[in-house]
Amino acid sequence: MFEMWEKLVDTLVYDVWAMDKASAMGSAIHFFIYDTLKIYMLLVMIIFAISLLRTYFNTEKVRVYLQGKSEFTGNVLAALFGIITPFCSCSAIPLFLGFMQARIPLGITFSFLISSPMNNEIAIALLFGLFGWKVTALYIGFGLLVAILGGFVVGRLKMEKYILIPVTPMNGDLEEVKIELSLKQRVSDAWNYTSDIFKKIYPYVLVGVGIGAFIHGYIPTEFILKYAGSNTWYSVPLAVMLGIPMYSNAAGVMPLIEVLTGKGMLLGTALSFMMAITALSLPEAMILKRILHVKLILTFFGIVGLGIMGVGYLFNALL
Amino acid sequence: MKIEILGTGCSKCKTLFELTQKAVAQKGLFAQIEKVEDIMKIMEYGVTSTPALVVDGVVKSSGRSLNVDEIITLLG
Repeated sequence: MFEMWEKLVDTLVYDVWAMDKASAMGSAIHFFIYDTLKIYMLLVMIIFAISLLRTYFNTEKVRVYLQGKSEFTGNVLAALFGIITPFCSCSAIPLFLGFMQARIPLGITFSFLISSPMNNEIAIALLFGLFGWKVTALYIGFGLLVAILGGFVVGRLKMEKYILIPVTPMNGDLEEVKIELSLKQRVSDAWNYTSDIFKKIYPYVLVGVGIGAFIHGYIPTEFILKYAGSNTWYSVPLAVMLGIPMYSNAAGVMPLIEVLTGKGMLLGTALSFMMAITALSLPEAMILKRILHVKLILTFFGIVGLGIMGVGYLFNALL
Repeated sequence: MKIEILGTGCSKCKTLFELTQKAVAQKGLFAQIEKVEDIMKIMEYGVTSTPALVVDGVVKSSGRSLNVDEIITLLG
């Protein structure tokens, strides 16, 4: 699909501007132009498709569906729903309390809370655009596993007493909030959402690809291999620690990871890094601190962090 | 008519509040518009994603940013 575009950039950079294909400058500029536009196009298409799909699943519906599900089934379903429902950290509190109110167990709620930001549309679009469907599938698959098991463990730790706001459980079954949307409304919603997100992230992508292009053209592979490619025990935990403060910059960091893996960074380390960026977010922790005791938040971060590191080590050992 | 905007204080909730004021003015309705930021009250409406628009106790929209025309339609 992008072959034509690549040829066009080839012609522009190597023929029209007469740059040397083998030079660092030519290769960096080619990479920059080709990658930026490819990623922008994919971002718009994928975010639009996901947000259109999402207009059919809102968190109110998920809550009705998860009510009364047994422990393990509930964890699996909650993690799966996390992929298709939108998540905004500003809605984390009503979501959390709303689930509690519907007597959905804490562990199942956490499965959803781990999966939803991890499988956000920006991360999926970028992964698909930069790494292809295989890495995207691995990311989603192992992300689900972390969400299911992480939620299950949180549930088993019986930490309900660390919820700071008393929630009165509702009696009986919930009724769905019924709101009908026309297809036209769904399309316009999805489009508005896509353009909002695009406006927010496009500078980050530009900066990320810019730095990536520089590395691509100027930094020798041996240099990257020496620091990010080594299979030393600390590279995975280090990647996770570095990922935590980067939540809002996922769009800029992903293009960098692509270049680093292309130059020899191990895929497991890269996966851990990406998952830490999306699943462990400081702003979300700050918001949840208003309703959850620090102990519960630390447990949640600890379990998810360990799970993500497990994924990293597993991949580094297998591949 | 009583209109409530449910939200925990995010920017989208503020926008919805302002647009609702506009919509009411445009239609010349006599309505009381209230911002509901108390999480327990939001829970009572069964809403888990904000911002939400409630008209006379009925949830008309949740988790969506609406434009003035849409709000006018929802106000009926």
